[in-house]
Amino acid sequence: MQYMVSVIQDGKGSPGPSDMAAVGAFNERLKAAGHWVFANGLAEPAAASVVDNRGDELVVTDGPFLETKEYVVGLWIMQAPDLDVALRLAAEASKVCDGKLEVRPCAS
Amino acid sequence: MHEAGEAIAQAHREEWARVVAALTRRFGDLDVAEEAAAEAFATAVERWPADGVPPNPGAWLTTTANRKAIDRIRRENKRDDKQKEAQLLYDDPPGTLGAIDDERLRLIFTCAHPALAMETRVALTLRMVGGLTVPEIARAFLVHETGMGQRITRAKAKIKAARIPYRVPSAKDLPARVSGVLAVLFLIFNEGYLATGPDTDPVRHDLTAEAIRLTRLIHALLPEDGEVAGLLALMLLTEARRTARVSANGELVALDEQDRGAWDAALVAEGHRLVRERLAAAAAGVAPGRYQILAAISAVHTSARDVRDTDWSQVVALYDQLVRLDPSPIIALNRAVAVAELDGPEVALAAVDRLEDKLAGYHAYHATRADLLRRLGRSHKSRAAYDKAIELAGNTAEIAYLTRRRDELG
Repeated sequence: MQYMVSVIQDGKGSPGPSDMAAVGAFNERLKAAGHWVFANGLAEPAAASVVDNRGDELVVTDGPFLETKEYVVGLWIMQAPDLDVALRLAAEASKVCDGKLEVRPCAS
Repeated sequence: MHEAGEAIAQAHREEWARVVAALTRRFGDLDVAEEAAAEAFATAVERWPADGVPPNPGAWLTTTANRKAIDRIRRENKRDDKQKEAQLLYDDPPGTLGAIDDERLRLIFTCAHPALAMETRVALTLRMVGGLTVPEIARAFLVHETGMGQRITRAKAKIKAARIPYRVPSAKDLPARVSGVLAVLFLIFNEGYLATGPDTDPVRHDLTAEAIRLTRLIHALLPEDGEVAGLLALMLLTEARRTARVSANGELVALDEQDRGAWDAALVAEGHRLVRERLAAAAAGVAPGRYQILAAISAVHTSARDVRDTDWSQVVALYDQLVRLDPSPIIALNRAVAVAELDGPEVALAAVDRLEDKLAGYHAYHATRADLLRRLGRSHKSRAAYDKAIELAGNTAEIAYLTRRRDELG
C-alpha cells in the first residue's frame, strides 16, 4: 500500500529541507527499509499553471488551481503495510522537515 | 416463542462482538462483518421460534454470518481479487497475537484507532463491539440518527481505504493507544449503567460487565497504568451498587435512598484496594488523571455506611481537583450536587443555573434543578423542571423515579 505524505506550509515557520543532511539520512532509512517510492520538494504555488483541455479549446491559467493560505510544499510517496506504519514514518518525517504533514492513502 | 426471544437477546449480548471479530479477521472488512452479523441475527429471529434454539447459538450465528458474508462477496464478485489482497495484508500472520489474546480486543483497538475522531471511535466501538444499534448510539451522544449512521459509514470507509490495521498494538505503542480505548470503555459502561430506550432494561448488565471485563484485561496487561486502574476501580464501585440502584418495581433509587447493605461488598473491597494503590502513587508524586479522581469520589461514597456519614467536603475537594483537569459542564453539574450537601441547595442552585446555556438539552441538568428547587420549597418551579427532565430522560427507571418525585410535590 502506498501513502502520499505531503508537507504543509501552514504559516508557522517554513517547512522544508532546512537540514538537507537529516532529510537525506531519513530518505536513506526509508530506502533501506523498503518504504521509499518517491520524494521531492515543490516550488511556490505561484509558479504553477493550470491546464484544461476538456473542451474545444486549450485553456492555460497562471497560478495554482486553488488559492489557499495552507499549501503543499513537498511530498513523499511511501510504501507501508498499514496506516500504523505510515503514521510512524510520517511522525519521523515531520521532525526531520519541521513541518505539519498530511498522510493520505493512495487509492490502490 | 418467548424462549427463542430470550435466547436471541442473550446471544446478542454474548456473541455479537465475537461474531463481528471473527468475520473481520476472516474477511478483512468491518463492513462485511457487521452486515453479515446483523443478517445472521435477523435470520435467528425468523428461524429460532419455529426450528428451536440451536444447541450452540454462538457457533450457529458465526456459521450463518460466514455464509452471509460469502454470499455478499460472491454477489460483488468484481471485488474478489481486491478482497483477497486486503485479507493478506490486513491481518497478522497466525501465531503473532500479542500478550492479550482476545479477538474482541483487536476489534476494540481498530475501532478506537487514533486516526479516527474520538466521537467516531466511541460510536464505532459501541456498534461493532457493544452491538448497540445506530439509534441507541445516537441517543448516547445526543445527536440525530442520520448523522450517526453517516459517521459510522465514513469511519468504516476510512479504515478500509487507509488500511487501519486489525491488531493489538505493539508494546511500544500500547500506552498511548490505551487512553483512547479507556474513553471508549467508559462510555460503553455508562450506556450500560444508564441504558436508554423504552424497551431496554434500565441497567444493561451485559454492557457494564463487558466494559469491566475488557478493562480488567487491559489492567492485567498494564498494571502500572494509573488511569487503567482508576477506570477499573470506578467501574467496580459503580457496579457494586447496581442491584441497589433499581427498585423491585423498576424505579431508580437515588444514592441517598439506597440500601447500602445490598451493595456488593466484594466489588467495593476490590475497588477500594485499587483506589488505595493509586492514592499511594499520588502521594509519591504521580499526578492522578480523571478516572482516578472519579474513582476516589466513588470510594468516599462507598466508604460511608450511612449517607449521613458521607465526607462531603472530601467529595467537593475531589471535584475541585477534577474541574481543574476537565472543566466540562457535566463535571460542574456533579460538583454542584455535592456542594448542595456542604453549602446548601441555594448555593448549589446558583451554580447549576449558570450551566443552563450548555446543558439545557440534558435531562440531568433539569433533574438536579428540580431536586434543589424542591428542597428550597419552590414547588411550582420544581414541577416544571421535573416535567422537562422527564421529557428528556431516556432511562425507564429514571423516568419512573422522576415521575414519583414530581407527583409527591405538594
